[in-house]
Amino acid sequence: MRKSNMWLGALAAGAILLAAAEAKTLINAAGATFPYPIYGKWFEEYGKKNIDVQINYQSIGSGGGIRQLTEGTVDFGASDMPMTDEQIGKVKVKPLHFPTVLGGLVPTYNLPGVTQDLKFTPEALAGIYLGKIKKWNDPALKGTNPGVNLPDTDIIVVHRSDGSGTTFVFTDYLSKVSGEWKKDVGANTSVKWPTGVGQKGNEFVAGFVKQTPNSIGYVELIYAVQNKMGYGAMKNAAGVFLKADFDSVTEAAAGAAKSMPDDFRVSITNAPGKKAYPISSFTWLLIPSKIDDAAKKKAITEFLHWMLADGQKYAAGLGYAPLPKEVVAKELKAISLIQ
Amino acid sequence: MAPSSTISARPTSGARAFLQRLASGDEIARLVTAAFAGCILLATVGVIWELWVNSTLARHKFGLSLLTSSDWDAVAGQFGALPFIYGTVVTSLVALLIAVPVGLGAAIFLAELAPAKISSTFTFFIELLAAVPSVIYGVLAIFTLVPLMRDYVEPALKKTLGFLPIFSGTILGVGYLTAGVILALMVLPFIISISREALLEVPTEQREAALALGCTRWESTWQVVVPYARLGIFGSIFLGLARALGETMCVTMVIGNDPSIHTSLFAPGYTIAAILANEFSEATGDLYLHSLVALGLILFLLTIVINAMARLLIIATTRRGSGHP
Repeated sequence: MRKSNMWLGALAAGAILLAAAEAKTLINAAGATFPYPIYGKWFEEYGKKNIDVQINYQSIGSGGGIRQLTEGTVDFGASDMPMTDEQIGKVKVKPLHFPTVLGGLVPTYNLPGVTQDLKFTPEALAGIYLGKIKKWNDPALKGTNPGVNLPDTDIIVVHRSDGSGTTFVFTDYLSKVSGEWKKDVGANTSVKWPTGVGQKGNEFVAGFVKQTPNSIGYVELIYAVQNKMGYGAMKNAAGVFLKADFDSVTEAAAGAAKSMPDDFRVSITNAPGKKAYPISSFTWLLIPSKIDDAAKKKAITEFLHWMLADGQKYAAGLGYAPLPKEVVAKELKAISLIQ
Repeated sequence: MAPSSTISARPTSGARAFLQRLASGDEIARLVTAAFAGCILLATVGVIWELWVNSTLARHKFGLSLLTSSDWDAVAGQFGALPFIYGTVVTSLVALLIAVPVGLGAAIFLAELAPAKISSTFTFFIELLAAVPSVIYGVLAIFTLVPLMRDYVEPALKKTLGFLPIFSGTILGVGYLTAGVILALMVLPFIISISREALLEVPTEQREAALALGCTRWESTWQVVVPYARLGIFGSIFLGLARALGETMCVTMVIGNDPSIHTSLFAPGYTIAAILANEFSEATGDLYLHSLVALGLILFLLTIVINAMARLLIIATTRRGSGHP
């Protein structure tokens, strides 16, 4: 009798485990690498609070995320650049854009003997990357950096070699501030660089600049901070020189919020506002506007609510600027568009 | 076994004979191994098919100009492979120029001249070297080799041989030369260990005969043993070359990733494998993707052409040779 009771108990426990496994909603997502550290944290924390939901995220790059979403192999995607109309047209179920966090790009450099932070005008930065400004003591740099002993050496320009959302933001910014850049190079995840050396990923751009005297590169703010590298202040659209930090990056999104389209597909580089850092950007989740599976729909919409409230608190600790409240309010409304 | 063989000796119909051979096990072994060999063919054909189909747009739009154009511009939708072909060939050549003499020299020492104990210790280390993942070489290269090249090797070359266009221009530390050097390091273990095996397999009689004819130790090694083992040595070089042509991560980290053609070996360049690693994951748009796949096809063809040339070289030298294998 006892023995059979034990068996029954084991059977019941097994059945409960099976049922739990069956009830668990598995969600697959893929896309951008830049927000991967925070997405990984979010999905882990959210999974802890909601044990019936598990979100798997593959950080395969924004382009890969868009491709997988188009082919329907993931439940949602993620991208550092908004999808184009053409790309959206190819997806069976129209995807909605949800900004998650913000990033800022900084010009970082290695100038032996220079201890002050340099100030860059948009024209100077574009000139350097166009290959027009070749020396560190060029008048365009001397003019904004009085008192800095700029050396008479060649500028070694470093850019990303891999296709990346970071490059898109950087070239999008240069296209907005320089007509010549827009005409000759343009904005994309990878472009035909007029000059310079390419390095793979933020970490190797930072690494190469750090060990190469007289070089300049662009990296996400967090990489410059972590590597204790000098980075410059940028002149923003209002004419103020600003160093990137979480406040000035969030401010760029707040400044752009007023004129933001309802689908959130907007570039916030060179945003208006005295406190707005000019090379800032959103990164987006790409959520299908119609989710047939009720359990998945519930899980995804609830995750979005959590991400916009509690989730934002993780941003600063991981090196991302949180969303401004204007954008959060707008996104909360947009969640109801998911059918 | 014995009964079945006596049965199969009797005249039987074709199908029955087959069944009997099947029962004896030989036929099973033949079919299974043939199927495995077929897998290789299937995989190769599959790769070519995929590369061919997925590069259709690029092949139709650009045709042969894909091979001759040096314009790679994802924004404008212009794709030309020449800088990548050039970079792949140049870095591989530099690698072989360094690795072949060093590798062959080391193999001769280890197989012919070194005491057995030293030889086996060295061989152990060389095989360890062959097992190091490429990304480790890349990290090593970017943090150790690049500063070394930038501060010492390249300035010295520029000072002494700077009149040659290949050793002129701005020194960055990354570029064709650095990529070639790290590739040489990576292919060396292959060249050394396979060449060493080939040299060790040369029959002792060959050496004894040469010595008996009054050759010195070195003459016997260089004029008898090395030519005898040349097939194995060539094999090692081409295996090394194949690795150099397709090497990805490590080259990406030190070549500078600049899609243009430079005469100077100090200048940054690009290889086919490197651009695939760099741009494939973020490529959007069909033409862009198809152009990247077309690059993969070109790399495949490049490997075939180089392998064919290698075969011809072996045939030519074997005919000229003294009748050894």
